[in-house]
Amino acid sequence: MEYLIQQLINGIQLGTVYALIALGYTMVYGIVRLINFAHADIFMVGVYTALFTATAYQTPFLLVIIISMSVCAVLGVVIEKLAYRPLRHKPKLSALITALGVSLFLENFCALPFVFGPDYRSFPELIPFKKYVIWERFTITNIFLINLLVVSVLLSGLFYLVHYTMIGRKMRAVAYDKVTASLMGIDVDRTISFTFLVGTALAGASGILYGMTYTSIQSPYMGIWPGWKAFIAAVIGGIGNLPGAVVGAYLMGISEVYANAFNSDLGFGIAFAILIVVLIFKPTGLLGKKPHEKV
Amino acid sequence: MKKFLVILSVFCVILGIGCSRKPKDINIGGIFPITGGSATFGKSSKEGMQIAVDEFNERGGISIGSKKVLINPIYDDTAGQPEQAANSARKLIDQNRVVAIVGAVMSKNSLAIAPICQSKGVVMISPASTNPEVTKKGDYIFRVCFLDSFQGIVMARYAYNDLKLAKAAVLYDNANDYNKGLAQFFEEEYKRLGGEIVASEAFTDEEKTVDFKAQLTTIKAAKPEFLYLPNYYAASALIMKQARELGLDVPAGGGDGWDSPKLVEIGGKAVEGGAFSNHFSKDDPSPEVQGFVKKYRDKYGKDPDALASLAYDAAHVLISAIEKARSLKGSDIRDALKATQLKGTTGNISFDQDRNPIKSAVILQIKDGRQQYITTVNP
Repeated sequence: MEYLIQQLINGIQLGTVYALIALGYTMVYGIVRLINFAHADIFMVGVYTALFTATAYQTPFLLVIIISMSVCAVLGVVIEKLAYRPLRHKPKLSALITALGVSLFLENFCALPFVFGPDYRSFPELIPFKKYVIWERFTITNIFLINLLVVSVLLSGLFYLVHYTMIGRKMRAVAYDKVTASLMGIDVDRTISFTFLVGTALAGASGILYGMTYTSIQSPYMGIWPGWKAFIAAVIGGIGNLPGAVVGAYLMGISEVYANAFNSDLGFGIAFAILIVVLIFKPTGLLGKKPHEKV
Repeated sequence: MKKFLVILSVFCVILGIGCSRKPKDINIGGIFPITGGSATFGKSSKEGMQIAVDEFNERGGISIGSKKVLINPIYDDTAGQPEQAANSARKLIDQNRVVAIVGAVMSKNSLAIAPICQSKGVVMISPASTNPEVTKKGDYIFRVCFLDSFQGIVMARYAYNDLKLAKAAVLYDNANDYNKGLAQFFEEEYKRLGGEIVASEAFTDEEKTVDFKAQLTTIKAAKPEFLYLPNYYAASALIMKQARELGLDVPAGGGDGWDSPKLVEIGGKAVEGGAFSNHFSKDDPSPEVQGFVKKYRDKYGKDPDALASLAYDAAHVLISAIEKARSLKGSDIRDALKATQLKGTTGNISFDQDRNPIKSAVILQIKDGRQQYITTVNP
């Protein structure tokens, strides 16, 4: 029992990490209907930015977050402007392939020796690490509690932004129908830019938390696997749906940990098995809605 | 007519250049993971091999037939991926016409390139692939490092006999032949000695996995006294860190994959006291080791690690064999290599009938963030 509960804690920890990335994926998809594959690589840029600002100038924690999120946000807006906007009225597939291209470009460009280089690096302890042992049995860390807090704040903040603010109303209008939205006086380009700004700033934030959680950076290709897992989590939860991304992420994190606990040779593949099962029974994901029929 | 003359003169110039390039240098391939998660291995190997090549070239090269030729090393990157390693081998053999190949470093990459070298009749000598299967791919495949079986046995004996710990747990990467091999031989020897393997857990691909808590929680529940982590430095450091987080504070051990300054950089205090088997210690007083350490320091401004010295030995043994064979034919080089008797930086090197070296291992321990020499274990 004790063992199963500790594994549940491990699963929630892993799910929280996936949720941090999945929120950004799903947010951009929900508004722009574009799977921004470069999201995981912007996340990687966020980790590196945090690493460099924190180690080079002894920057305080809060400033590291601000710098890292701004760098990612600017990068996201630039990518949107250069790569995605020219293709907005082209078939969906063109934008999807471009997103893959941007992703590969960022990975390989950053892996060049004079950019970030391909080596393993250690990520500094931005805040002192603490371990709590509850009832002398279960261990959790302060980093995990921060992650949990950030996920809940981000989820409610984003939900509020999309559903209860003016810009959120614009975003939803653009998501529903771009042409009609622009007829109603909404600046579609600006709204989409703003969506990317928020989505990629999120990637920056999740990057810092990821770095703090695992205290090491593998290489500029580090975004690929967390990115895929988070993307699968977003699809399981119903891509475009904010709470769905979090639900999907926890489902994945917890089942991955239990699968590893049951037989550690199986754990890695469980995400894909769950994805297939969910898509067979609920093609739009657990919390996803059927797409609107537009007349 | 004028046109003809121009063509003729161009032709002559080309021919002239062709003639003046004799005697031709010989190409030797080096296939290493220069980028990716094991990039420090690849870079060290490349640097070590370069020193051996420089030594021969500074002497004026080696004699082939009646001419002196220089050695021209051509390095190629595997990025740690077997597919890329196989492509490198084909490219080096078909396009660069290398006479022999030093590489690869990781066992999974060597297993990918060995069949290619064997079928093309090109000698391959791996500096650091310790999986037994590698040299079984054919009689053109050699290595200068000891085997996984030996490393696993050494650490099992160290944990059971020296540390007197009778319950061990193993956590290894099941996507890599090296890790699997070490884990298997450790478990076999440990059980043979009378110890108990209380947990044997795996994860998939250390380039993709960063969260080991599920497996570590399982291991902790089995109450081991020793943790064997036959993985590369980054994953091993992360595992130890997360193990300490979960309150699993038992001594840990590993193999030569731990030999990188990054182990301490990533793992910090969590890796303190960890012990691992290795090929070489730079504190070894033998003239071969000290001579190499000096040259390496002069050229690169740092101390060599085991990967550098193994690649140095591999290239040294290989080029000496080519010199002795006085031929660039694969079969001649192979026969000369089989008769090798050389004292290298990683011990005496001679090959058994399976083209594996017969040599000793050292055990090093992390103390105050540095590697300390503990003991030498003979086969």
